[in-house]
Amino acid sequence: MRNYMYILVMAVTTYMIRVIPLTLLRKEIKNRTFRSFLTYVPYVTLSVMTFPAILESTEKPWISFVGFGAAMVMAYCRVSLFAVSMGSCLLVFLLQFL
Amino acid sequence: MDRQIYLRGVKQGIPVGLGYFVVSFTIGIAARKASLTAFQATVMSLTNLTSAGQFASFALIASGAPYVEMVISQAVINLRYCLMSCALSQKVDSRLPMHHRLFMAFGVTDEIFGLSISQRGKLDPWYTYGVMSVAVPGWSLGTLAGVLSTGVLPRTFLNAMNMALYGMFIAVFMPAAREDKKLLPVIFLSMALSTLLQVLPWFDFISSGMKIILLTLVISMGAAVIMPVPEEEL
Repeated sequence: MRNYMYILVMAVTTYMIRVIPLTLLRKEIKNRTFRSFLTYVPYVTLSVMTFPAILESTEKPWISFVGFGAAMVMAYCRVSLFAVSMGSCLLVFLLQFL
Repeated sequence: MDRQIYLRGVKQGIPVGLGYFVVSFTIGIAARKASLTAFQATVMSLTNLTSAGQFASFALIASGAPYVEMVISQAVINLRYCLMSCALSQKVDSRLPMHHRLFMAFGVTDEIFGLSISQRGKLDPWYTYGVMSVAVPGWSLGTLAGVLSTGVLPRTFLNAMNMALYGMFIAVFMPAAREDKKLLPVIFLSMALSTLLQVLPWFDFISSGMKIILLTLVISMGAAVIMPVPEEEL
């Protein structure tokens, strides 16, 4: 029973964090600096989460680094999201058999 | 509902769903160690949808920590979702009805957010629902499989799936950097600083979730002050 209470407490806390800004910020924010800040947030957060953590996605950092490089180049060349993701995934899968 | 937009979400959500399956597979293994049943672990994944938060919860559950400690740890670890939710609130139509906001909020994760925010123009909630309808089952079923597994999937396969998730992140921020040259130095600076915080021993006392928040706040604020986005692009 206690486990279910933990799960409930976790779920409510996490949902509150997610739902409060989306429901309370209903007007467009006019402040230019704040809007610029929000524009940068997704790119910064995703970059920070990607590197260096991506190097640990396989046991050999160089393989991960090759996968990282390949994904960066493909994405910069506007290869589709699905292809970038599956391409780097397949490359890394094969390199592990070297 | 726009069927085409929903289906685009489903299609682009496939790498997310696959990646989630693998990551939550490891969550399932950790849940079993914390002596959760397969059902409890699956319910947790279905209702929480947060990798770092769920990983952190197992230590607390195993030690029988007070509930308030659980609230604080989840709030801190998942604080970045609050920032993402702020950004989403500006990405949707300001007249978007409440029930869509309530439902979309459930799907604010790094990956679903990343895909949603990279859509052109205003975000249609049905795109997000499309991604969620692959990602949420992937996450929950992966957890279930992890609890029930006895190490059947080969390591090489799991590693490659990890890469798929990161590949998706990269496919979100790099094309944007090509269109807007301001983003490129910001992205590389973010990676460099995050490496620095990871490597330098003085920052070991900060949890990895907290590092993400601090870096996001500092770098985004800095970029907003130094290179404010032109009025017409906002």
